[in-house]
This record gives sequence, C-alpha cells and structure tokens, in this order.
Amino acid sequence: MLATGVTAIVLGQRRSPPIIPIYMLCLLLSVAGCANAGAYLIADNPAPSMMTLPIGLPWIGAHFALDGLAAFFLIVVNLGGAAASLFALGYGRHESDPQRVLPFFPLFLAGMNLVCVAADAFSFLLAWEFMSLTSWALVMVHHRDAANRKAGYVYIVMASFGTLALLLAFGFMAGPDGAYAFSAMRAHAHSPAITALVLVLALIGAGSKAGLVPLHVWLPLAHPAAPSHVSALMSGVMTKVAIYGFVRMTFDLLGTPPWWAGLVVLGLGGITAVLGVLHALMEHDLKRLLAYHTVENIGIIFIGIGLAMAFQANAMKAAAALALTAALFHVFNHSLFKSLLFFGSGAVHAATGERDMGQLGGLGRVMPLTSFVFLVGCVAISALPPLNGFVSEWLTFQAILLSPDLTQFALTVLVPAVGALLALSAALAAACFVKAYGVTFLGRPRSDAAANAHETDRFSLAAMFVLAALCLFAGILPGFVIDALSPATIELLGARMPIQEHVPWLSIVPIAESRSSYNGLLVFLFVTASALLAAWLIHRFASKELRRAPAWDCGFPDPSPATQYTSESFAQPIRHVFGGIAFGAREAVDMPSPGDLRPARLTVTLHDHAWEWIYNPLAHLVYAIADRLNYLQFLTIRRYLSLVFGVLVLLLAILASWPI
Amino acid sequence: MIDGLSVQLAQMALVLSLAPLLTGLVRKVKARLLRRRGPPLLQPYRDLVRLVHKESVVAESASWLFRIVPYLMFAATWVAAALVPTFATGLLFSWSADVIVIIALLGSARFFLALAGMDVGTSFGGIGSSREAMIAALAEPALIMIVFTLALIAGSTQLSTIAALMLSSNVGLRVSLGMALVALIIVAIAENGRIPVDNPASHLELTMVHEAMVLEYSGRHLALIELASSIKLLLYVSLIACVFVPWGLAPAGAPLHVHLIGAGIYLAKLALAGVLLALLETMIAKMRVFRVADLLGAALMLGFLATLLRFVSRGM
Repeated sequence: MLATGVTAIVLGQRRSPPIIPIYMLCLLLSVAGCANAGAYLIADNPAPSMMTLPIGLPWIGAHFALDGLAAFFLIVVNLGGAAASLFALGYGRHESDPQRVLPFFPLFLAGMNLVCVAADAFSFLLAWEFMSLTSWALVMVHHRDAANRKAGYVYIVMASFGTLALLLAFGFMAGPDGAYAFSAMRAHAHSPAITALVLVLALIGAGSKAGLVPLHVWLPLAHPAAPSHVSALMSGVMTKVAIYGFVRMTFDLLGTPPWWAGLVVLGLGGITAVLGVLHALMEHDLKRLLAYHTVENIGIIFIGIGLAMAFQANAMKAAAALALTAALFHVFNHSLFKSLLFFGSGAVHAATGERDMGQLGGLGRVMPLTSFVFLVGCVAISALPPLNGFVSEWLTFQAILLSPDLTQFALTVLVPAVGALLALSAALAAACFVKAYGVTFLGRPRSDAAANAHETDRFSLAAMFVLAALCLFAGILPGFVIDALSPATIELLGARMPIQEHVPWLSIVPIAESRSSYNGLLVFLFVTASALLAAWLIHRFASKELRRAPAWDCGFPDPSPATQYTSESFAQPIRHVFGGIAFGAREAVDMPSPGDLRPARLTVTLHDHAWEWIYNPLAHLVYAIADRLNYLQFLTIRRYLSLVFGVLVLLLAILASWPI
Repeated sequence: MIDGLSVQLAQMALVLSLAPLLTGLVRKVKARLLRRRGPPLLQPYRDLVRLVHKESVVAESASWLFRIVPYLMFAATWVAAALVPTFATGLLFSWSADVIVIIALLGSARFFLALAGMDVGTSFGGIGSSREAMIAALAEPALIMIVFTLALIAGSTQLSTIAALMLSSNVGLRVSLGMALVALIIVAIAENGRIPVDNPASHLELTMVHEAMVLEYSGRHLALIELASSIKLLLYVSLIACVFVPWGLAPAGAPLHVHLIGAGIYLAKLALAGVLLALLETMIAKMRVFRVADLLGAALMLGFLATLLRFVSRGM
C-alpha cells in the first residue's frame, strides 16, 4: 500500500515554489511506486492486498486494493510519471508560469495512482474526477491563448459528461442496496439489462477519457495545450487509466461480458484506429499529430479488449488471455513511446519555439541526440520490428487468427474487417511517422529558429534515452513483459498465456510453437550483424571514400528550402485516396489567368464528421432547450409556487404507483 | 541442427547471389521482347562491383541518417529473404520470425528508405517518399489479409509450416487461395515498383517513385540499395513460389540430392517468374499514380474477401 503513502506525501508537498525539488520528489516517489508495483507482479504468489480507510462515504469507508491489474497499471502510471518528472527537471525551466504547473503536476500523478488502487465506487469516482480536474488545470496553464481556453472548455465538458456516465454505471452495478465496494459488486450477479446498461455507460465514460471515436474530439485540443511533459502524461498515461477503468468495470466487476459487447468494442476500436491515424496524417502541428495518433493507439487497444470479450463470452479462455495480454502490452508500449515522442516534441519546442512542422526541418543536424531518440520512438510507434510496438500488434494479429472458432456469425464477419482496419492503421502509422520525422528532423531548415536550434538539456535527454531503451528492451525481450502480465489475466479471465520464460532462445510463443513464434532478440541481432557485416566488407575491401557536394536533384537544385516537401504535400496522395470518405475533403484550385499577377491558390477543406454530425447538432439542441427554459427565470412567485406544487404531486404520484 | 544450419547458410548465400541475376534476366527478356539485344545477363553484377568501388557523393544537406539507411535497408531485406523457404523448408531460424515479421521487416526497410528520400531536402525525394507511403499504406494491409487467408488454411503463420502443408497436397483448389494469389501478385508488382505501378527503368523524374527516393544516392550506398531491391524482388518470387507452387521444395531432413533437385527446380521457377514478369511489363503501360490506389484497393478487397470466406466457411 505504498502507493497511497505516495499520494499522501505528494499532497503535503504541493505548495513549495522551486522547480527542482518538486520534480525530484515526484521522480523518487514514482520510481518507488513503480518498484512497489513491479515487486508485486514479479512475486511468486501475489495475494491482493486490501486496505480500508475511515474516510469517504460514512457507511463503507474508502477501500483500496492492489491486485495484478492495478499493479500493472501502477507501473504504467509511475513509469510515465518518473520519466515526465526527469524530463521536467530540464524542460520545466523553460516554463513561463511554473507556479501554474508545479502544484497540479504532483496532484495529477496522485490522482492517477489513486484511480488504479481505488476499490470502491466512491473513491474511484472521486479519484477519477480529481485526475480530470488537475489535468484540466494543467491544460489551462497558458490560459491567455484563446485556443487553449477553448480546449479547456471542451475538455471539462467532456470530462464531466464521462464522469456522469461512470456515476450512473456504478449506481446500476451497486443496485438498490448501495453496495459500493468493488468486492460487493463482484459478488453480485447482474441481470442482462443492467449488464447492457453498465457496458454502454462504461464505454461512454471510459471511452470519452481514452479518446474513443466519436468521443475523441477533446483530446487533440487538450493534450497539446498543456506543457509537453504534461501532454506526455495525458496522452501516454491518463488515457491508459481510462483503459484501466474500462477493463476493471467490464471484466472484473461485471463478470463475463455478453458476446455483443465484444462486437461493439471491436467495431469502435477498428474505426477509432483508422480515423485517428488519418487525422494525424492531416495534421501539421507536431503535438496535435501526436495527440491524434494517441486516438489510433487507443483504437488498437480496444480491438484487443473487444477480442478478449468475444473470446471470453465463448469460453475460449486461452484466446481471451492472448487478446487481453496483447491489449495490455500495447498499453505499456504506448505509454513508453508516446511519452518519448511528446518529450521530443517538447525538446523541439523548447529549442525552436515552434510546434508547426511547416517552420521546422533539418533539426537532425543541430539536435543529433534528440533526433536519434525521436527516431527510435517513431520506429516503435510505427509497429516495425524489432521494437516493442510491433510485438503487441503481432500478438493482436495472432489473436485475430484464432477467431474463426467464434460461434456468432456477426463476430466472424466483423473480426476480419477489423483485422483489415488494424493492418491499414499500422501501415498508415508508418506513413504518418515518416512524415513527422522527415519534415521535422530531416531536410533543410524552413525557418531561422530551426536553423539556429541547439541540443536540448541533459535531463530531458536522459528521460528520452531511458524510454527509448525500454522500448528496445520490451521489443527484443517481450517474454518478460508477457509473463509480468499473467497475474492480471489470471485474475480477470482465469487463464494466462503460456509461460514464456522457459521458451528456448527467449522467443515468444502465443499458443503453440507449430502455430507461430517470434524472436525479437534474434531478428535484432541478425539485422544488426548483417548491416555491420555489409558495412565492414565494403569499407574494408571496396571503397570508403566520401565526398560532400551540393544536392543533385536531377540537375535542378533550388536553393530555397520552401521547395521541399512539406507536411501537407507529403500527406497529399493519402488524402487523395482516403480523404473523400474520412473527411469529405475538397480541393479548390484558384489559378489566375495568364498575365494576372496574383498568386495561385490551392485551398483544401477537411471536415471532422464527429463535430459536424454529432457535437454541433447536440450543442444547438442544448442551446435551443436552454433558450426555451430561459422563460422559467422570469415567472411570478405565484407561478413558481404552483410549479413546485405540481412537481411535488407528480413525484408523489409516481412514488405511489411504483412497483416494489 | 547441422542440417538446418547448412540449409540456412546456403539459403542466405543463394538469395544474395541470385538476386542480381533475376533482375538481369528480367531486363534481358524485356529487351528481347522489344527486339533489342539488351544488356548481358550478368550486367547487374558488374554494375554492383563498379558502384561499390566508386566514391560516395553525399549531399551537403544530408544528415547522419542518410549514410546508415542503405546498410539498414539491405540488412532488413536480406534477413527477411533468408527466412522465406526457397529450395528447402528446413530453415534453422524459421521459428524466429513468421510471415508477419517478414512483411514488417520489409516495412522497416521501406520506412528508412522513405526517410532517406526526405533527408536531403529536395522536391524529388519528397515526391518519391510520399508516393511510396501511399502505395505502402494500401499494399501492406492487402498483404496482411493474404497472410490471414494462408494462416487460416494452414493453422499457422510460420512460412515453413504453410509451405509444408501446401506441399502435402491435401489442400486442393480453393476459391480463397485463388483470390489470395491474384492479390499477392498485384501486391508484389506494386511493392517492387514494377510496371504498371512504377517503372524501374524510368528516366522521367515526375513519374518515378522508388527511383526518386534514391535519386541522391551514389557509389556504395546506391549499390546496397540496388542489391536490396533485387533481393526484394527475389523474395516476392520465392514467397509466391513456396506458397502456391511448392513442388520441389526439399522437406526438413531430406538427403542431399533432394536438396539439389530442390535447388534446380527453384532456379527453374525463378526463370519462369522472370520471363512472366518481363512479359507482363512489356504488355501493359504504366498507370497514373492515383490509379494505383484503385489497383491496390482491388488487391485489398480480394485479400479481405478471401479471409472472409475462410472465416465463414471452412471448405472454401
């Protein structure tokens, strides 16, 4: 129960102004929390530990518990927290208003920790709301910017809405007796109608926090608005806490989910993955690109969760364990590389003052170390071997290949479609990060700020290198991560993937060796060895001469960096192929007639269907209703009294006729 | 163990040494079909040797990435090709990577090459990279769908297991396999930048995809990239051969003469594939770049339908 201790100390420390001690403390506490949770997962026979504090609701108190699932998510939270604190030791000095960040940063960490260990509905919701509010305060750090204010507004509306959905979900699960402790909910058998309601509400509540399409609209606004280390926490970690909430409610508290839940989650996951990455491809703001890309990864995680639900409903325990392990592995991976990439974007922002990729370029030469770790993050997130992003996608593919055994026809039709969407999103992700890296770090600088940038500070670099090393570790030795996930899957599903520790050569084997296996270590060694061998042979026996010369460019080099491919032009072929369906993209060319001196223009309009089809009509509806209700503000006292009386009679009538 | 190792090493040497020959063969046949004499069969080897001995000219605006990409790309492609059965299924390291990993390795090679195209900061490099990204975004999912079809028939994503099952001839003719074959051929053409998707002999810059990306490369770097491209072509031919025409593949642990026969048959398959490819390239014209999306979309749909058939009916 060290984690609660963590939060207590963090709470006590919040008012001191200096930057270094606070981030140091956060770093130490996060590392301690991580070690604590790690020790729990590695232990041979971990027994869930419980604690009840006499705070919270008077008749139940506040319950806290540490089990396999909570321990795993605590690692994710605290690893991200530790890295963000380390990064902030250097990056935090660039902050213009540190007093607006410092109090909320530890509180935000504490809130996320508390969500993971809460074991009754009241403390869970309290911690959840706490997490939302502190992160909202961090989004609003630079509140003088109108765009940030709008982001904060949209965020707080969506967050309140999500918490409302969760509140109702817990209310339904607790039933009329008010059994708010998780242990009581677990023991309770829920009727199908309640299960259905709770599932939908949990999907709305947790999905809105995680960024599931169409509840994602706040995410690309709010995540980039915060300082970069907070963006990393929000994107890399807070969305994972939302996943935790969903997994906890569906697999643990509700018991075996119905098969159609898997159908819904799979469908939403697939759509989320593809739309997220397409949105990311259309972005030219580096941090917004990363935020949209979080939406894609949330989709991939939900695909794994949906598969696990479908398998679990069909009592295919081994397959369910594989799918859930894949999802949780991706949770871990995404927290690593997304934090890394947000740190990189923060380092770029600190060095150049720019987030717009149209003003960057050529940073690879002035910031070689940052560009190297950013490249590692790009390779990892694009799901390329031998790094970690590939392993979790590979496991998800293996889980999909087990699904012809599902008995429901709707699932057997949907699963291959989702598989296609997953493959599509993986390929588009690679394109997206070729663009992000190529436009930002390669080529020639597009502005003076980019040309005169300097390498970032040591703390920031250390944080990024640690995360990059972890990406490599999880990629070439995935067996250890899979084994560490087994307590969680055993608790939730009563099954686990085969023990990977004893597989020869440290391969991973999802089901059986004859079926499929993968060895990241060997692939990594083979590629490195062949590359080194080729380099050595050529340099030794052929030529190693090198001459620097102006770029060839087919004989027509243009000295202006504006002739380079930009982010928009890179994405143009993909926009051409997918934009019509996904965004209703329209291109309008304004070509002046010969002799006319005005410049030609190309205008591209993209539409976000989520805003136009769902949120704008909804907002109009709310305004319209509010307009009508406005009338109620100007009644006379007699009318108010008769209104009150009428409502009272109505409520009593309902109560009298209620079937008990 | 020793058997497996020797087969593995032989395979690695074989793909490396045969790849330029296949490229040379395609060029030669194409030239003969156009009633030209064409370059000698061994010309690609001579080109490689000459390039390797030249100095490399690197653009002033190139970063560190530009110089390591050729090695990474070559290594990833070679490792991928070493894991596709060519003349025997008993590869020692086949368990270390299944066919999804092989696809992803090729994806890594492409990822780095596309980055190198963006590195110098010229418009041609960008054109190549962005078009390559578009083609890959459609070809890769199509390939994964084809793999799903094969894996669902064979119950495994290991290429050796799939090949062994196809060899055992209790698979028979299936609708889904036919669709997968057509889709795989389309993907192979697109991935290797052959006509009608891209023209490897093009000298008109605006129509180039692959050649535009490597425009700034020279000397040993260019040699490695050319070699990697040849290996990739060989890899796709081997992939199609080992899944759809697996006859002649030596099973694991077979005696030496079976392996030799397997190697002979493999050479025949390569020659046939090279002639067919040259024939196809001579017969049709290159399409506009945005028509490629339709072609690859068709491949994706075929792969998806094939997978769907496997999901809803075991017999198809």
